Amino acid sequence: MSKYLLIVLAPLFGSMIAGFFGRWLGNRLASLVTIAGMSLSALLAIITFFEIAVGNGDPVRQEVWSWIVSGDFRVSFGLLIDRLTAVMLIVVSGISTLIHIYSMGYMAEDPDQPRFFSYLSLFTFAMLMLVTGDSYLQLFFGWEGVGLASYLLIGFWFKKESACNAAIKAFLVNRVGDFGFALGIFTIYQVFHTLDYATVFRMAGTGQFPQTVDFLFWGPVNTMTLICLLLFIGAMGKSAQFILHTWLPDAMEGPTPVSALIHAATMVTAGVFMVCRSSPLFELSETALTVVTIIGATTAFFAATVGLVQNDIKRVIAYSTCSQLGYMFFAAGVSAYSAAIFHLMTHAFFKALLFLSAGAVIHSMHHEQDMRKMGGLRKKIPITYAMMMIGTLALTGFPFLAGFYSKDAILEAAYASQTAVGSFAWSLGMIGAVLTTFYSFRLIFMTFHGHPADHHKYDHAHESPWVMLVPLMVLAVGALFSGMLGESMTHLGWFKSAIFLAPGHDAMEHAHHVSLWVKWAPFLMFLIGLGLAWLLYVRLPSLPGIIADHFRGTYRFLLNAWYFDRLYDRIFVQPAKMIGEGLWLTGDGKIVDGCVNGVAALCQHWANQLRALQSGYVYHYAFAMLIGVLVLVSLYT
Amino acid sequence: MLSLVTFLPLVGALVIFFAVKDNPKLIRYLALGTSLLTFIVSLQILKGFDNSTAAFQFMEEAAWLPAYGITYRMGVDGISLPFVLLTALLTPLCILASWESIQTQVKGYMVSFLALESFVIGVFCALDFILFYIFWEAMLIPMFLLIGIWGGKNRVYAAYKFFLYTLAGSVLMLIAILVMGFKGGTFSIPTLMSIPFSFGLQVWLFLGLFSSFAVKVPMWPVHTWLPDAHVEAPTAGSVILAGILLKMGAYGFLRFSLPILPDASRFFIPFIFGLSLVAIVYTALVALMQKDLKKLIAYSSVSHMGFVTIGLFTYNQQGIEGGILQMVNHGVVSGALFLLVGVIYDRMHTREIARFGGIAHRMPVYAVIFMVFTMASVGLPGTNGFIGEFLILLGAYLANKGVAVVAATGLVFGAAYMLWMFKKVLFGVVANDEVAALQDMNKREVALFVPLLILVLWIGFYPAPFLKMMHASVEQLLIQANTIKAGSAAIAMF
Repeated sequence: MSKYLLIVLAPLFGSMIAGFFGRWLGNRLASLVTIAGMSLSALLAIITFFEIAVGNGDPVRQEVWSWIVSGDFRVSFGLLIDRLTAVMLIVVSGISTLIHIYSMGYMAEDPDQPRFFSYLSLFTFAMLMLVTGDSYLQLFFGWEGVGLASYLLIGFWFKKESACNAAIKAFLVNRVGDFGFALGIFTIYQVFHTLDYATVFRMAGTGQFPQTVDFLFWGPVNTMTLICLLLFIGAMGKSAQFILHTWLPDAMEGPTPVSALIHAATMVTAGVFMVCRSSPLFELSETALTVVTIIGATTAFFAATVGLVQNDIKRVIAYSTCSQLGYMFFAAGVSAYSAAIFHLMTHAFFKALLFLSAGAVIHSMHHEQDMRKMGGLRKKIPITYAMMMIGTLALTGFPFLAGFYSKDAILEAAYASQTAVGSFAWSLGMIGAVLTTFYSFRLIFMTFHGHPADHHKYDHAHESPWVMLVPLMVLAVGALFSGMLGESMTHLGWFKSAIFLAPGHDAMEHAHHVSLWVKWAPFLMFLIGLGLAWLLYVRLPSLPGIIADHFRGTYRFLLNAWYFDRLYDRIFVQPAKMIGEGLWLTGDGKIVDGCVNGVAALCQHWANQLRALQSGYVYHYAFAMLIGVLVLVSLYT
Repeated sequence: MLSLVTFLPLVGALVIFFAVKDNPKLIRYLALGTSLLTFIVSLQILKGFDNSTAAFQFMEEAAWLPAYGITYRMGVDGISLPFVLLTALLTPLCILASWESIQTQVKGYMVSFLALESFVIGVFCALDFILFYIFWEAMLIPMFLLIGIWGGKNRVYAAYKFFLYTLAGSVLMLIAILVMGFKGGTFSIPTLMSIPFSFGLQVWLFLGLFSSFAVKVPMWPVHTWLPDAHVEAPTAGSVILAGILLKMGAYGFLRFSLPILPDASRFFIPFIFGLSLVAIVYTALVALMQKDLKKLIAYSSVSHMGFVTIGLFTYNQQGIEGGILQMVNHGVVSGALFLLVGVIYDRMHTREIARFGGIAHRMPVYAVIFMVFTMASVGLPGTNGFIGEFLILLGAYLANKGVAVVAATGLVFGAAYMLWMFKKVLFGVVANDEVAALQDMNKREVALFVPLLILVLWIGFYPAPFLKMMHASVEQLLIQANTIKAGSAAIAMF
């Protein structure tokens, strides 16, 4: 077994051992087994990263086994490891390992630990399948696999009705996205007769494909635009983009390590990864890129506004994730794929850090998540406070921390793209930067500063055990330095063949040469956001309430996340139930069965009249029919 | 060999019927032994089966009524073999599932079951139309008895509904068969495949066969017998009903309609697609509102079979192979789901979804197995359901994008009702004292699911051997289905 394959399979082995033998292994051993699997995977991922991304190794391509063969349709399980995958590998394996370790502390009192660790490792396996795949179908395998793991983990505490509902919602909304994604895959097959990346990209590059295809009642449409938009619907589901974002905040019902791993650092970035992986296709459709930019920028802004007013500590970070994913998408939309991946990587570190720190807060407050009941915690849990602060500064783009490099690269690229949508994205991104800083520091101030709101809980607050704090510190190192170290990623050609840029799509190149004010404008936004947060939550803490009262409508609009949930319930969920009920009781019950029973009653009426001749048992008739056929046929011979 | 696999269960049934006095234990073991032996014989057929040819294999011929062109003729190809194997696999599981739950008239039950197996295998092996028809009709009798005698409260209504529905279709099929036989001068199925019927006649023949196959599949709107039959049937009856009997209709399309009546089949493609799409969406929505666990799975069967009929009429290799594979998958998965309902019904004597809740706390092993089959049912990659659905939808997309788009909504609806059901039954807090008193599955029960679990994952990760079995036959079928038997003028005239 090659070392590359082992990166993917080690977590699966861990998951299976913990899952099947967990009840005999016990909590401690089951978690250690999965951690061992993860550590092996992470270690090999680091080695691979050094070979391929730091050193100058060639991309690795291996076929593992033939999966589906039907007619001329052939797909294999395979491995493709280039620089793009190498970055993803280290993010996924590395952070997953840290979160496994953290979970030993966080989940220490849970009786179902083997199940938890088994799911967590299963997720990692699926995510690794997703990033190492060499075809769209394997990508889809991982894509749905992470969806399953996400469903299982959101609903991990399945006693809770709300957790189960959130799990189902996540699965279903993602299915809506997958519906588009599957159609995209079908179109790729129809156009290129294969799903293999290498062949598809090569043919796309040389233009060996029909430029238009018929699609439903639209008639002929641009092939690439169709493919990319369909794929992007999938990305919108998985990465919780505007319109299909509603599942992500609810997904916070899962245990916090799950939120950190799946709903911040890795799974939700799968859509971004997919778009970057498909750059040879997206680059050929200006329309698709425009849509990606608009959706991304809208999400970045929308989620940030909602984040302003949330009171649940995890929901704030969830909306923040949603918003940051929007940044990554509009980066990809302006052809700054490398900036998107760079931000994906730094975001994975600082967002995992933020979530795990929030987890530490929740842990220390005995499962309290409402920030209004916190306050003043910095004295009680100073290490957690420090970690949270590092994460926040990295997110908000404080100079020389991770976000400072990656978010600025995105904003500069959007500015430098010199297109209308680019400017649109840049403007929303800048406003988003203010909002990001505001809600992030609002969180810090409400949780750690001021006076304790609930003295009982405050008095019992305690610092988390080292098994939780050490992973936080490792992530903090990432949040501090990954920006500085990774910046070379955004230089032209770093990703080599993994990312393709069409001629003229040089926003990333121009981004390095924008004027100084563009480079420092985000920092100004940071200062404004910080100042506002300080004013409202430290200096004049009564002001937010007054503002909320004064702008009641706006406040409620934001608090309810622009009323998307209610809208979807009205236009999809309730009608589906009503139609289902109607079809069942009226369609099946009255119309179809009505006819059938009517005919039966008529038959019975005749049968009654002929009863003297007949036995009345239906199977006698059938038997008689059989005999009749035989006799009839035999008579003729 | 084929006669052996076909009649071995019947011989077992006769032995039990005549030779064994009232000794339930012995009867159970005899029945299980017979069905296992049948399974072993079917594996021998698989072993000797040649993947590389589309010709019928293991042919057996014996003169029967030569003057009429009626022969005892049996044979299998890559299209029928999977179903023979599936039947031979599911029957022992059904007998094992009935081990404790059937306590009254054990003898009659086991005899019916084995007879049923014989007739069903016969349907898939018969290469003579009259022989086929006899098996097809004969199979109704044990099934009628299984529902009518060992069924639930409303069993008589359900049994009659099942019987009348299928019988009504069969009458028209019989006429079609007789017309084909007399016009073609033979009832030999392979020979009929090369006889050119005029287009007008093909249309009538197609409709005749269709009326019987559509009821069996069942296609919308003649599906309403299925939920009732399932709800009232004993567990094993439901397993066979969903696992095997529904496949006979779709098999009929493949074996007869497509190759013998190619022009009419092509003519009716939009009609079949239309009905299938309605089935997928309509029954998925209906399933969403079900209160009875078995009814929900029954409606989901109609929805899944809608995918199958679409696959068969895509006229490309992916669609048809996907369709056949999906039939096998559905046999495995819905069979397992009905068995799972049976496990809980044996304990709580109810199927009402509202009475369950929190079962996962009491029965963790049950919950895990249930989850795997739920995921297979919603077509998650890594399970068999994915491969089938994916190939069908891919084939449909290549054939007609609109059909694929509407059908693909089934992926969302399917996930909705299955996950909703799973939550209500297994998740949440322990609902009541009855749930609190539940015991997890015993070894016999777990053993039932092991072969099915293996198939789910095997087909999910490595479907190649299963697909390879079909390749040659499906290629051949496509050639037949694409021939123009009736002159183009005839079609224009029509």
